Amino acid sequence: MIDYLTLKFIWWLLVGVLLVGFAIMDGHDMGVGTLLPFVGKTDAERRVVINTVGPHWDGNQVWFITGGGAIFAAWPLVYATAFSGFYWAMLAVLWALFFRPVGFDYRSKIANPTWRNTWDWGLFVGGFVPPLIFGVAFGNLLEGVPFHFDETLRPYYTGSFWALLNPFALLCGVVSSAMITAHGGHYLMLRSEGDIFERSRKAALGFGLLALAGFIAAGFWVQALPGHVITGGADPAALPNPLDKTVALVAGGWLHNFQQHPLLWSVPALGITGLLLGALMAWIRRPGLAFIASSLAMTGIIGTAGVAMFPFVMPSSTDPASGLTAWDAVSSHFTLGLMFGATVIFMPLIIFYTSWAYKVMAGKVTLDFIRANDKKAY
Amino acid sequence: MLTDELVDLSRLQFAVTAMYHFLFVPLTLGLAFILVIMESCYVLTGRQVYKDMTQFWGKLFGINFALGVTTGITMEFQFGTNWAYYSHYVGDIFGAPLAIEGLMAFFLESTFIGLFFFGWDRLSKQKHLLVTFLMAFGSNLSALWILIANGWMQDPVGSEFSYVTMRMELTDFWAVVFNPTAQAKFVHTVSAGYVTASLFVLAISSWYILKGRDLEFAKRSFRIAAAFGFASACSVIVLGDESGYTVTESQPTKLAAMEGMWETHPAPAPFTLFALPDDATRTNRYALEIPWVMGIIGTRSLDKEIPGIKEIEAENRQRITSGVKAVQALEILRSKTADPAAKEAAKTVFEAHKADLGFGLLLKKYISDMNQVTPELISRAAADTIPKVAPMFWAFRLMVGLGFAFFALFAFALYYSLKDNFTEKTWLLRWAVWFIPMPWIACELGWFVAEYGRQPWTIYGVLPTHLSVSSLSPASLYSSLAGFIGFYTLLLIIEMYLMVKFARQGPASLGTGRYGDTPFAAQAATVSPGTPATRHPSDF
Repeated sequence: MIDYLTLKFIWWLLVGVLLVGFAIMDGHDMGVGTLLPFVGKTDAERRVVINTVGPHWDGNQVWFITGGGAIFAAWPLVYATAFSGFYWAMLAVLWALFFRPVGFDYRSKIANPTWRNTWDWGLFVGGFVPPLIFGVAFGNLLEGVPFHFDETLRPYYTGSFWALLNPFALLCGVVSSAMITAHGGHYLMLRSEGDIFERSRKAALGFGLLALAGFIAAGFWVQALPGHVITGGADPAALPNPLDKTVALVAGGWLHNFQQHPLLWSVPALGITGLLLGALMAWIRRPGLAFIASSLAMTGIIGTAGVAMFPFVMPSSTDPASGLTAWDAVSSHFTLGLMFGATVIFMPLIIFYTSWAYKVMAGKVTLDFIRANDKKAY
Repeated sequence: MLTDELVDLSRLQFAVTAMYHFLFVPLTLGLAFILVIMESCYVLTGRQVYKDMTQFWGKLFGINFALGVTTGITMEFQFGTNWAYYSHYVGDIFGAPLAIEGLMAFFLESTFIGLFFFGWDRLSKQKHLLVTFLMAFGSNLSALWILIANGWMQDPVGSEFSYVTMRMELTDFWAVVFNPTAQAKFVHTVSAGYVTASLFVLAISSWYILKGRDLEFAKRSFRIAAAFGFASACSVIVLGDESGYTVTESQPTKLAAMEGMWETHPAPAPFTLFALPDDATRTNRYALEIPWVMGIIGTRSLDKEIPGIKEIEAENRQRITSGVKAVQALEILRSKTADPAAKEAAKTVFEAHKADLGFGLLLKKYISDMNQVTPELISRAAADTIPKVAPMFWAFRLMVGLGFAFFALFAFALYYSLKDNFTEKTWLLRWAVWFIPMPWIACELGWFVAEYGRQPWTIYGVLPTHLSVSSLSPASLYSSLAGFIGFYTLLLIIEMYLMVKFARQGPASLGTGRYGDTPFAAQAATVSPGTPATRHPSDF
């Protein structure tokens, strides 16, 4: 069996992979949901937009569910502390997501325009709110979250919901929302034609550049934030106990990893290049390449946040020693090994049949298709 | 501060959202396989009516599935939002089946449901059938992993407490997977889903037959539902018995409460068919007992005793006394100030009393300092270990009664299907129509018995419910509970409206032009193979 320390690191990478997978897969249909009311002007156009993701949104959403499950299994303390601490933010995500399954499935089952329009805005909420909140949550992680543990490792969150909505976190929310929306725009270009294609292209360009500006601004801002540095106590390979370590706050500390390993600058560089390339490819009407570019951009952007905080994954602002890291928030050696095995077996299978599903449904969704499949299509 | 109010509200929110989720799950589990059967008939015979059946029942499946997904996300996140200490304490074990469920099953089901609805024109018949099968297989596999997780809450095998990490840790994964409690629960639960779906199809088909419309479509659907339902009703009863047997082994308290067994009866114990259990006096009034039956069902023997409530409570008092020592030792072991010699001594005490740690933790509901424990508190905690008997007793009997009623209904339905005269048996058709809500009631009662009967534990004998909650304010809980109830009520109204609308429209809602409200004879005359798909453009 792989040693404990290596497994802990592998799981830090795997959680990253799941987040990136979520951003690429569920992200594109959430981006489509965000753009839906704006790029679809008529009912038929909106049905085109919805049907580009109709066969896939449910499978994509499992990236989100599995991400949650994997964090539960691999980082139970993060799952417990983050989900209960961010209680209202999590419920807002959850309730926004409620609109998706019913929105997709029920919207076109009744012809009433008010009914359909209501669900269209529901799908907008389901696509717009979750990425925005995830961005805000990441911003708060970078700033440190007000929580601590008692001696039985019960987490106490001492902040409020409104405190989450501070300027830096909102900027991260804008970056997240804009990159997802641009990504959705690239996907829509790939799967539509005519007016919808043109409107999606404009949106993708605008949001791609907005994400770029926001990401660079956040990069400068983060230098002013206090970064958390482990100063002693716990051996990373030891049995996890977050209360064993001592932590210091250092201004600009989130840049330490980049300064110590300059190669890591390639991660934010990937974010910036990806966004630029995405915009360029959208500009020259190459949606396939644009989609790949925005996927890489999101890998770079999410990776940047991860690398900056490493090994922290949930730093505490009120009791830095309680902050959770990839070393001390983890499951047992056995469970990490087991879950790694399960991921190695099933992840390639998932990628295989998901690709097949996209291949079967490939091609542009057209207005003619909607007319011919009035009762079958979403 | 973990007030009783907070704990009760957290429990209520979990109960509301879980029971609501389970309004949609059983139909998904069963209807998916009924779709596989119908589509197999289509692939084998090539007859259009079977394809139409798959598509029409698939439409209703989709309406139901949407809410199953919606409410399922809540379940995945509620452990973290509202049961944070639980998530920390058992995430090492409980999180694994949940994550594997996502990787192995939920991806499969959710990817292929898209192709089920949208792949008809893009896949060969055989490939589409494979897609439908993988969707059904995925949804049932999903149930397997969820019930492995739930089975571990009832019967926590394959794991051990670690005082360094202050949590339960996995020691034997296969023991968790092949936990007899989990396996028995899985097969019983999916069978219940098959019964639910069969009755759903049977009832709606019966309604069409009673109305004299879409007869060929309805008769075929009826027959499939009757056969599948009969097999499922048999299996739900047999496997329910298996589930009861595993409860005797692993959760004697639950069994005693379900059966209203206050005293330990000399083996073999009688089965109480009817009684009015009284929690205050701890007796049953008007008990109607059948000798021997309980002993045989519960222990599959004539000489093993089944412990009664009073005996279990006395035993638990001992375990709580022992558990206090475990908690005290644990506190020394976790302390940063205790000296090494004291820790060494505490370690020995802890190892000796570790098995009763959970029982000691029951006292945390009343006091935080274990040196203040009094015999009176121990008695209170011991009394807490017994769930209320009357609701358990009645919920269980009602569920079992319904199970036998399903068996009877499907037996008649199958018998007259084989004789091919069921369309004349209007009493049977009406019975099916009126019985449509019953499987849902039986499913919910079953979950009530399983979960309420586990109290006061979230992990039986290991972690008290009281300690499991997140440290939230009751005000947050009131608001979120109100939000869930409001949202879910609205969604249920919308779902029921669509379900009833499309069930009433029947296969005509497919817009193929082959079906309608016209009597069957006239309908057959108007069928023409080339009818365009958009026959009723004004409908949509």
